[in-house]
Amino acid sequence: MSFLNHLINGFSLGSVYAIIALGYTMVYGIAKMLNFAHGDVIMVGAFAVFISMTSMGASALLSLIIAMAVCTALGVLIEKVAYRPLRNASSSLAVLITAIGVSYLLQNLALLIFGADSKSFTSIVNLKAVKLFDGQVSISGTAIVTITACIVIMVGLTLFVNKTKAGQAMKAVSEDKGAAQLMGINVNATISLTFAIGSALAAVAGALMCSAYPNLTPYSGTMPGIKAFVAAVFGGIGSIPGAMIGGLLIGIIENIGKAYISSQMADAIVFAILVVVLLIKPTGILGKNIQEKV
Amino acid sequence: MNMLEVTNLSISFGGLKAVNEFNLTIKKGQLYGLIGPNGAGKTTVFNLLTGVYKADTGTIVLDGQDLVKLSTIEINKAGIARTFQNIRLFKELTVIDNVKVGLHNGTPYSTFDGIFRLPKYFKAEKEITEKAMELLKVMGLEAEANFTAANLPYGKQRKLEIARALATSPKLLLLDEPAAGMNPNETAELMNTIRFVRDNFDMTILLIEHDMKLVSGICEEVTVLNFGTELTHGITADVLNDERVIKAYLGD
Amino acid sequence: MKKLSKSTKNSLINYGMVIALYVVIMIIQLCGGLSNSMKGFLVPVCIYVIMAVSLNLVVGILGELSLGHAGFMCIGAYSGAIFSKLTEDTITVAPIRFTIAIIIGAVFAALFGALIGIPVLRLKGDYLAIVTLAFGEIIKNLVNVINFGVDSNGLHFSLKSAMDMGLAEDGKIIIKGAQGISGTPQDSNFTVGIILVLITLFVVQNLVNSRDGRAIMAIRDNRIAAESVGINITKYKLMVFTISAALAGAAGVLYSHNFSTLTSAGDKFNYNASIMILVYVVLGGIGNIRGSVIAAVILYILPEKLRFLSDYRMLVYAVVLIVVMLFNWSPKAKEFKEMVSYKIKGMFAKKEETQA
Repeated sequence: MSFLNHLINGFSLGSVYAIIALGYTMVYGIAKMLNFAHGDVIMVGAFAVFISMTSMGASALLSLIIAMAVCTALGVLIEKVAYRPLRNASSSLAVLITAIGVSYLLQNLALLIFGADSKSFTSIVNLKAVKLFDGQVSISGTAIVTITACIVIMVGLTLFVNKTKAGQAMKAVSEDKGAAQLMGINVNATISLTFAIGSALAAVAGALMCSAYPNLTPYSGTMPGIKAFVAAVFGGIGSIPGAMIGGLLIGIIENIGKAYISSQMADAIVFAILVVVLLIKPTGILGKNIQEKV
Repeated sequence: MNMLEVTNLSISFGGLKAVNEFNLTIKKGQLYGLIGPNGAGKTTVFNLLTGVYKADTGTIVLDGQDLVKLSTIEINKAGIARTFQNIRLFKELTVIDNVKVGLHNGTPYSTFDGIFRLPKYFKAEKEITEKAMELLKVMGLEAEANFTAANLPYGKQRKLEIARALATSPKLLLLDEPAAGMNPNETAELMNTIRFVRDNFDMTILLIEHDMKLVSGICEEVTVLNFGTELTHGITADVLNDERVIKAYLGD
Repeated sequence: MKKLSKSTKNSLINYGMVIALYVVIMIIQLCGGLSNSMKGFLVPVCIYVIMAVSLNLVVGILGELSLGHAGFMCIGAYSGAIFSKLTEDTITVAPIRFTIAIIIGAVFAALFGALIGIPVLRLKGDYLAIVTLAFGEIIKNLVNVINFGVDSNGLHFSLKSAMDMGLAEDGKIIIKGAQGISGTPQDSNFTVGIILVLITLFVVQNLVNSRDGRAIMAIRDNRIAAESVGINITKYKLMVFTISAALAGAAGVLYSHNFSTLTSAGDKFNYNASIMILVYVVLGGIGNIRGSVIAAVILYILPEKLRFLSDYRMLVYAVVLIVVMLFNWSPKAKEFKEMVSYKIKGMFAKKEETQA
């Protein structure tokens, strides 16, 4: 029965990774860049919820909405100030290093404002745990909400990309920026929209993550961010269902690994998976093969 | 004697036959043109010849050696060098270093010799510097030897690509639109240079070009490619007057 | 006098700069003008200079981003310290033992560099960066749980605890899990550090200014064109990763023999440390070896000396990192710089005209 518990926790953690991974995968698909600062946007989102709830006494839902607004603005701002000027730079290293700089900037700003000590986060979920098999298996309210949120976001995003004009524009930009522009698509606006959606999702992920693991520090976003990127790569970068599958798998593997192999080695196991995946199938489970044009 | 024999070469991308049952025979020392409208598959042929793409079917034989299974690097060593339609120089390196990179496999010293600066290093570096300067002279680039490649004007960048390709001592040189973006004077000069290379380096040259003046001026034979298949081939003057060719270029 | 090439001149200036720094520091030390805190910086400065120069080989010359450079330092630190602990009683001449330890640290780090190089060869850009990051973290994680000891029966390992190794009475614990290695002989000193810096410069500069260096930079500038002239991409990527890792490993040995206790805790060997080194490389100028040396020295000492700055240090670095990247790499900034330099040149040209 404890295995089932670990599995459920894995599902819940994996759902958080999946939501974060969606942000990575969309941005990567369209801007062709690894947004290193995405993990730190999660942290900012979690702090926004924390401040709204504890200092301003806002309700959980209102706090979440505030956090989403903050992160959306932040994401769009980062893209405009730090990434857009480098979009046509001759070296792809340039934007990657800049993204690392942004990540550090957010972390250290948070460190100055909130301090290094960890804040104890109040869960945004107020739901009783469901107990099964005479209480041997318990599913926490946070887990239920997290998994549900993940499914809703996944379905919503798929519909958005496939059914709306803005979603189609995203697809077009990710295929060929130049051609999309010629077709009258506003490439800058489309990329901004992608960052906005990814960052809003990061706020949701941050709130859910801290509801399950209530210690919040300026570094809280780094590791989940990197692991979610692993998840995005695992599932196939650029693919929305891929991010979901990758996220869930990474979450489950991490939790099972923690329980049955070694709690200290859980991160190493996740990273080892990344290396193996990239060795065997660099495009991930659902990724497409892209060949460079000569 | 034939330098290159290509038979039944085909490749398709996602159901689209980019090159279909393509045949080509080039004699040693020949200046051969590959022409056709945009999107006819000319550059794809170059990519197949140099191993960038792997052919679905067909054979490529260079001077008696089968190239089909070889990698790009092995094909270069076997004797094919190329230039690119969209110029691909080593932008941050100097002009002479671009050529020296072309001389890479002809530079006889090891990493160890290089790091510990053994006599072999100095001897070989001196030799390849001289060789590189010679090639730059042929291309009229000796004055710019120490410029950064990215700072060269467009026409000279194309010439530097030729110098770099020549540095690998190929048997067959592939030029992908060498005159693109050049003015008539530059093109005329380039035609002389290409002839000079063929005569003085014992070279066989296959070139893709849209400038018909250049093609009729220096190519002895041409093959016309349309929609991935050969339309016709033969002596340049005959082919260029062929109605089918004119139609292919102008449309119906 | 024989005319020296520009690259040789540059290399000589770099050696001269390092030697001059050494001489000046030694003179100050002899006169007793060196504070204890400054003395404490001497070896670490050498370590980070080596780290920065060796990372620049990957980032600046090969043009790939490695975020696991501190992981190689970690391997060098541990393997060198293990060797010294094992042979402390058998090789009593410290300089000989330490030299072998440095070689062993470099070799082990090189082996891991090659091991990591093999999977990353197929990757480039972002993917390569994230895999190197992953490797760095795996190494740090592994080192944290390893227990290693020796007794009359041979070597013992355990991933659980030091007790689990089942050492005999005469056994000696070398690595005790998260508590790491203690009692490493403190063989490191400034002179050895400077010698290693010079060796690093020698290897990197001579490599760059050779046939291999040109090939590596050709791969950086245009992979497809490099392949078309017969350059073996795999071989050179692997070569760069291995050499860079070996140098970082040597720096690691210097590190582990500078203090008697070695653990993987804190920020020494993790991703943050790798980023820190990357900051030195970027601020010194990507591909600029001398810049790496100068940036590592200044950026290491400055925040240590200016304590009040230390709270803002990372913040300042982050901002500077972003600004430098935007200024150096954005196409608009490049245009702007070209325009300014053109105008300045124009001004001088006019002056010359009027003078004539």
